[in-house]
Amino acid sequence: MKKHGALRVIYLVLIIIFLYAPIFTLMVLSFNEGKSMGKWTGFSLRWYASMFSDEEIMEALGNTVFIALVSALVSTVIGTAVCIALPRMNKKIRDAFLALNNIPLLNADIVTGLSLMLAFVAFGVSLSMGTVILSHITFCIPYVILSVRPRVKQLGNTGYEAALDLGATPGQALFKVILPEIRPGITAGFLMAFTMSVDDFIVTHFTRGAGVNTLSTLIYGQVRIGIRPTVYALSTIVFVTVLIVLVLANVFQGKGARARQGKRI
Amino acid sequence: MNKKALSAPYVIWIIGGTLIPLALMLYYGLTDGEGSFTLSNILAIGEPGHLKALLTALLLAAVSTLICFLLAFPIAVLLRRVKRAKGLIIFLFLLPMWMNFLLRTMAWQVLLEKGGVINSIISWLGFEKLRLINTPGAVIMGMVYDFLPFMLLPINNAVSKIALSTTEAAYDLGASEMQVVFKVVLPLSVPGIVSGITMVFVPALTTFVISNMLGGGKIYLIGNIIEQEFTVGDNWNLGAGLSIVMMVFILISMLFIAKFDKDVEEDLAI
Repeated sequence: MKKHGALRVIYLVLIIIFLYAPIFTLMVLSFNEGKSMGKWTGFSLRWYASMFSDEEIMEALGNTVFIALVSALVSTVIGTAVCIALPRMNKKIRDAFLALNNIPLLNADIVTGLSLMLAFVAFGVSLSMGTVILSHITFCIPYVILSVRPRVKQLGNTGYEAALDLGATPGQALFKVILPEIRPGITAGFLMAFTMSVDDFIVTHFTRGAGVNTLSTLIYGQVRIGIRPTVYALSTIVFVTVLIVLVLANVFQGKGARARQGKRI
Repeated sequence: MNKKALSAPYVIWIIGGTLIPLALMLYYGLTDGEGSFTLSNILAIGEPGHLKALLTALLLAAVSTLICFLLAFPIAVLLRRVKRAKGLIIFLFLLPMWMNFLLRTMAWQVLLEKGGVINSIISWLGFEKLRLINTPGAVIMGMVYDFLPFMLLPINNAVSKIALSTTEAAYDLGASEMQVVFKVVLPLSVPGIVSGITMVFVPALTTFVISNMLGGGKIYLIGNIIEQEFTVGDNWNLGAGLSIVMMVFILISMLFIAKFDKDVEEDLAI
């Protein structure tokens, strides 16, 4: 077993390089004085300065965060609610629900986006930021259910019934017994929904109104006419933010919970 | 308060956000501009341009799915043996997945461009510049890079679930390392592998973004044709008809997953 040890490490390191080289390249280029994609002409922070003063980018950034926050919040509430209701349903309905839940998960984004667009147009809803949010909620709910359902399953029904026996109203039992118990799942679901929303391009592309830009649609527009180095600065900031958020989420969630749950980010 | 009532918003959302839109897609695909029934939008897949786009998409998606599997399975097997800082190492492999998909694809454009990073290094080394971007290879590269985590995640979940005692028993019974990997670990991780294949194949088959950004408008996939019919081409019925054809392949993948893998939910858990 030992003799291949070095080869194994080399393989894993090569994959890591493959995964990070593109991101690292963008980071390096974001500090490049010149506009060139291939030549280093000196260190500069000018692209960061022009990024922060670029209204288009700042607006897209604001939109992205706003859309992600609202979609993640709403989908977390809806997804958590249905997860709490699921154990009470008979098996057939529950299985049907879970099968339906897989549709947006496994379906192609282009079909999800286009079919939602058709629905908005058919019902006379003009495309705007609102339609983007409604669409994001649609594809975020399944991810919330994915995170919350295992917690609810684990919890079982005894705590809730004990609370009722001790005189709690169903509402009290829900808010004081069930919700605190499944909170890690809810947090994970919210984070997952938030990231999926930020990451999305395709669904946004088809359901946004004219002039509504998120980071994804802004970058897509730029790619066609030529990427500006401000976008490299932007991608560096996005990467660092993601890194910090994930590390924090891991630190907060990891305590104790991780041992039981396996590898949850 | 009835607990079942808590599912009401979800039911409304499934009907309004998933079922009605998909029904509309079917309606558009099976009617002409005036609203009368026709199969011509579906049969339009037989036109040379469309057929070529579908076949190219199937081919590129199949190749990148295979590459993803060949990269991811060894990673999962190797990660199984990691003892120290396992969480951190898995975190390292999944971290790029959380960065914006467009930015990740754009990064490859920067690398592969004619005046881009790789070509600069090549010419600095004294070799002739290569044509990297706008080739099928570039599109496959982008697909592999973007979707590798979707393959790694379910396979790693499946492989890490195999009890150590199982593989140790195989060793004790005299199996070689290769035998353990191919006769024990591989068969036991089939559900994860099937999920991984589907989760890479479907987005690769249907993408229009990667082919557009790394194919420079020269490589047309079925996704590109559909996107154009809905945006510039303005023939929604045709676009919907071609989407239905594409959905047949997605459906086959879903059935495939359902047959082999009972717990899709768990595979997607991160």
